[in-house]
Amino acid sequence: MISVRNLHKSFGDQHVLRGIDVDLKPGKCNLIIGLSGSGKTVMLKSILGLIQPDEGTILYDGRNLREMEHSDARKVRQEMGMVFQGSALFTSQSIEENVRLPLDFFTSMSAAEKKERVRFCLERVRIENAAHKYPAELSGGMQKRVAIARAIVLNPKYLFCDEPNSGLDPETSLVIDALIQDITHEYGMTTVINTHDMNSVLEIGEHVLLLKGGEKVWEGTNDEILEAENPAVVDYVFRSNLMKRVRTALSGQ
Amino acid sequence: MIYRFFAELGAYWIFLRQVFRRPERFAEYRKAFWRDVDALGVKTLPLVVIISLFMGAVVTIQTALNLEDPLIPRYYIAIAVRESILLEFAPTIVSLILAGIVGSNISGSLGNMRITEQIDALEVMGINPAGFLVLPKILANVLFSPVLLIFSMAGGLVGGYLAGWWLGLLSPGEFLLGLRLEFQPFYIAYSVFKMTVFAFFIASVPSFFGYRVKGGPLEVGHASTQAVIATILAIILFNYILTNLILQ
Repeated sequence: MISVRNLHKSFGDQHVLRGIDVDLKPGKCNLIIGLSGSGKTVMLKSILGLIQPDEGTILYDGRNLREMEHSDARKVRQEMGMVFQGSALFTSQSIEENVRLPLDFFTSMSAAEKKERVRFCLERVRIENAAHKYPAELSGGMQKRVAIARAIVLNPKYLFCDEPNSGLDPETSLVIDALIQDITHEYGMTTVINTHDMNSVLEIGEHVLLLKGGEKVWEGTNDEILEAENPAVVDYVFRSNLMKRVRTALSGQ
Repeated sequence: MIYRFFAELGAYWIFLRQVFRRPERFAEYRKAFWRDVDALGVKTLPLVVIISLFMGAVVTIQTALNLEDPLIPRYYIAIAVRESILLEFAPTIVSLILAGIVGSNISGSLGNMRITEQIDALEVMGINPAGFLVLPKILANVLFSPVLLIFSMAGGLVGGYLAGWWLGLLSPGEFLLGLRLEFQPFYIAYSVFKMTVFAFFIASVPSFFGYRVKGGPLEVGHASTQAVIATILAIILFNYILTNLILQ
């Protein structure tokens, strides 16, 4: 479990996170949602240790990354996989090399074992034929799949996804959502997804956290979110015309 | 202005400490090193040779024009060309050119990696991005720089020889005599040392600017320009300091 306690972060005069407390549930898809500027990305990057919070603690199964020696923190990092918004694949390396990189650094596997593990991961995300291609030769959706394969290659305990559906068409978004959810359940990972896509919230939001102005204003599940009476949730969820129609339809039933 | 300079100098020092942290796995760093030797060293070699050939030719023509006195032996032209090429043109001018070519390449590629979150991806994996991306570049540049220097010296002297012979400024015999006369091998060691110091700056300064880019492609371009200017200034400053310390 990842526990976030009293998380604060400011940039100059701008207070981006204001004392967030949350336990991110193991074996489930935890979604951080909110409007642009609500602090989602800063919260995700703080949890990852890419941004140093001003105050607060983040515990990975009771272990505090900030208080560890560099070598111990590195070991915890090997338990993390991350899918970046733009995929962040290494453009000068082939897909196979991209996925193999964590294995090259952190395992003593033989070349044949690494090849087999990479093949398995690429097959798991259904992109095995692209092993020898380069990132620039792939579509956005395929790049996301490669990023997922790279994130799971070391069998991580924690999977983080920053806007996994950004720039993807609705159909590919559903495929990526389903893939993340399947992998989360299959490997029992703690998955943390930063998104503002309501489709994702409704499809895979087993534990949803709504941020507004840097504060946690609501916490619940995808089943509860449509019926929540919290004004901030109503305002966020039923902002689009489509969702307004859904609400009208629901209230008419 | 002074405060900012020292703040930047401090940030550069902290960055170097991060770069020289113990590698997670030597084998991966070694692979990156050979890739960088090819990209930053071997691929720039033809350009360095071409530049040096013409540089040597121009130095010969200009020296010959300034020594048009029947009392001065023609082989003095070759001596002047040799001293200019070995002491200054090969290490300093070639380094200044490399600062533009290699420096903008390094700064641009690292800046692009930063804005596309590739550096963050390495960090999340538990890899020290500064070490993995920059240390091989510094080592490749520093260790390959003597090779570039020797080719540059040879290119410059061949260029001078050909220009002298082709334009009838001095005979091949006079040129070769001038090259050998009162030759001091120490000048080669001095130049190699100078070039090695410059090579360190050519790799590390642009890496520093590229590594900490914030923003988008425009900022990457801006960082590349700043990186080249800072590298050139560092080379010029240290050229003065080293010349003063070693040759005085």
